[in-house]
Amino acid sequence: MRATRPAASLALACLLFALFVGAWQLSSSTGFGTAEVADPEYAALVGAAAATGGQTPFPSPFEVAARLWQHLTDPFYVRGTNDQGIGIQLAYSLARVLAGFTLAALLAIPLGFLIGMSPLLYGALNPFIQVLRPISPLAWMPLALYTIRDSSISSIFVIFICSVWPMLLNTAFGVATVRREWLNVARTLECGALRTAFRVILPAAAPTIMTGMRISIGIAWLVIVAAEMLVGGTGIGYFVWNQWNNLSLADIVTAILLIGVIGMVLDQILAMATRAVAYQE
Amino acid sequence: MRRPFVSVEGIARRFPGVSGAPPQTVFADLWFGIEEGEFVCLIGHSGCGKTTILNILAGLDRADDGAVVVAGREIAGPSLDRAVIFQSHALLPWLSAEGNIAFAVKSRHPDWSRAQVAEACRHWIDLVGLAAAATTRPAQLSGGMKQRVGFARALAVSPKILLMDEPFSALDALTRGTLQEEVNRIVAETKLTAFMITHDVDEAILLADRILLMTNGPEAKIAEVVVNTLPRPRTRHDIHHLPGYYELRNHIVDFLIDRSRRLAGAMPPEWTARAVPEVRPAASAAT
Ligand SMILES: Nc1ncnc2c1ncn2[C@@H]1O[C@H](COP(=O)(O)OP(=O)(O)O)[C@@H](O)[C@H]1O
Ligand SMILES: [Mg+2]
Repeated sequence: MRATRPAASLALACLLFALFVGAWQLSSSTGFGTAEVADPEYAALVGAAAATGGQTPFPSPFEVAARLWQHLTDPFYVRGTNDQGIGIQLAYSLARVLAGFTLAALLAIPLGFLIGMSPLLYGALNPFIQVLRPISPLAWMPLALYTIRDSSISSIFVIFICSVWPMLLNTAFGVATVRREWLNVARTLECGALRTAFRVILPAAAPTIMTGMRISIGIAWLVIVAAEMLVGGTGIGYFVWNQWNNLSLADIVTAILLIGVIGMVLDQILAMATRAVAYQE
Repeated sequence: MRRPFVSVEGIARRFPGVSGAPPQTVFADLWFGIEEGEFVCLIGHSGCGKTTILNILAGLDRADDGAVVVAGREIAGPSLDRAVIFQSHALLPWLSAEGNIAFAVKSRHPDWSRAQVAEACRHWIDLVGLAAAATTRPAQLSGGMKQRVGFARALAVSPKILLMDEPFSALDALTRGTLQEEVNRIVAETKLTAFMITHDVDEAILLADRILLMTNGPEAKIAEVVVNTLPRPRTRHDIHHLPGYYELRNHIVDFLIDRSRRLAGAMPPEWTARAVPEVRPAASAAT
């Protein structure tokens, strides 16, 4: 990539943002999105408010900005179970993601290490992994609800299931592809199995493992919104679904923005950790 | 029969043939010895099996037949007593130069305190002239500096035998010359037993007491052992003025250009694998 001037990029980004907001403002003031809807299936889907014929215009950028400001200035209020601050909802989602992700890492990294070291184990487990990996994590939800009988723990389980595969496969790949000459160095220095594992294989595979963790946290943050829409109760996914039922589109747009920002922050934290363990050959 | 310090006794190495081809014998029934404190070089064309021999001596690879006996004991695997300097330096890229050396020091002395390890590292870093680059990672070091770190790492385990696989082949001529002199000095000072693979005839004449000449593969053989009778200490600057230097050099170059290929299929009838003939081209010229 050629060197870019950050100031010019920033100016262009601001311009594009202004154009986007302008177009949005224009379309919301000319009535786009307020058309009468008659399709009964659609009415059933959007719920009571829309079905009774209430007209909800798509919010203008200023309405959304005002709502965002309201949420940001008072994120942690509790007014009953169905009306809690957006900060609390995000905290619920984050806690579930971190719990599921941590459990997945605790299982996937040691297991991936073993699989990467042993071609026998790799051959034996690979068919299972190949079948389980492409399953949508939400497909596990009914089974989880049935066996665990707790919606919150079920969401954590779904996060666990979806974040375990990238970490498992990346760890196994990183460990299996450690350069032979580094292993030979360890052998000529008479390093034991543990010292070789922690001082040679782990640092050698660390960038690949961290890449797996970064993919996992991204998927987990995608899945938690859907999982919480499904099981309800608390969390940002439930918040979005609840505001949909209230037909409060400004709240939904606000939540979408915040989901994006938090996803980016999670990704950047792991990107930083990846850089910390990176090495140049 | 008296055994030399390192005794290679009839080793063979075969690799399975690719897709149904018959197994390939890299070499078979190979015999040679290295005396304690001796510097032996192995010269041969690419692919004749030099690295394979060195890996077997290091214990990283196993011979299919025969054995390697060191100080009366058959080797069964790698050992801290046999340090290896790899062709591709093989430094751990996530550690600094000092970290790589410390890793070796801690392998030899797991009970040492942090201060003792640091002290030892400083000693080896100074010895190979790397003080300014101690905290630098390998990727930021030049080829010559990387090989210096590799050399310090090998010495840091206080080995009895130093095994070197074309350690200077990737370096420019100037750096190579400086490093050759340093290796010459350090190996002489520490009285190490050394075995080195090289492509470079002048390097072999400068460093080695004996030079093993290997024919082309497959089924490569040690055709001849050239005894280097040029007096020590030798330096790059005056070695070519020593009487007998050109006879020695020509003998080896002739072997590489012509006889290594000609002998590959048909060794002369008087040649035997167990007692490879020794020649002294420099001595016969000097007298
Ligand atoms: N792991 C292996 N599998 C199959 N063949 C090998 C293997 N390692 C080396 N060889 C073969 O053995 C021969 C000798 O290799 P090597 O010892 O690396 O040669 P040199 O170091 O003299 O260039 C080569 O023909 C090479 O193809
Ligand atoms: Mg080689």
